[in-house]
Amino acid sequence: MSEPLVFTFDVDGENFTSAGEASVAMKKNLRMLGISPEAIRRVAIAMYEGEINMVIHAGGGKATVTVSSDAVKIILEDKGPGIANVELAMKEGFSTAPENIRNLGFGAGMGLPNMKKNADEMTVESTLGVGTTITMTVNI
Amino acid sequence: MTVSELVKSLDLEILSMTDGTREIKGAYAGDLLSWVMGRASAGNVWATIMTNVNVVAVASLVDMSATVICENSEIGDDVIETAKQKGINLLRTRLPIYEFTAALSRLI
Repeated sequence: MSEPLVFTFDVDGENFTSAGEASVAMKKNLRMLGISPEAIRRVAIAMYEGEINMVIHAGGGKATVTVSSDAVKIILEDKGPGIANVELAMKEGFSTAPENIRNLGFGAGMGLPNMKKNADEMTVESTLGVGTTITMTVNI
Repeated sequence: MTVSELVKSLDLEILSMTDGTREIKGAYAGDLLSWVMGRASAGNVWATIMTNVNVVAVASLVDMSATVICENSEIGDDVIETAKQKGINLLRTRLPIYEFTAALSRLI
């Protein structure tokens, strides 16, 4: 792979049942590129959590995944309400998800921690009222 | 032990079986999807009572060997169809999670 490959996905904020489609599609792409199963798993989980977050909190967003020879970089951008306290949001168990989302088995406050755990690098840029951009890198 | 052998041993109902030869590597029980996604390992059998379509995504992303819906928890045809499309082994038992995983632990 000399030139990095770029995949972009629109994450539909209206449809909670289809949340995760970008991650599942990306998993398939990475498998075809011959990336190791463990790296694929980490990318897929990190990206899925991000997708779910965008659907729950931000009304959807955009995912851009760049695959180069040594890493997969995932950029998740939304125009949601922003995260008031990033440090608090990164704590396991902290959640602002509404009741209906919890009934579906989400809202355990594990999203951002799971993303951090699965990525080798992660940055969160968030501005209240403007949106959030999360960049994650998984080395392959 | 393979997924097909598990089905036979514990008389599980098959909802979707795309790879019965898949080897079982341990198990995980839980209903909070993000929690499960953060803790379960590839090859696990996942025991849960959750049945919404996101269960299929979690099973696929974690790469579970099989997902077992416990207590005959009701599940929609659309979810079963999605499991088939995504190549997920989806099974069901009347046993509660504790009893199912206790029985499973005697086998693996």
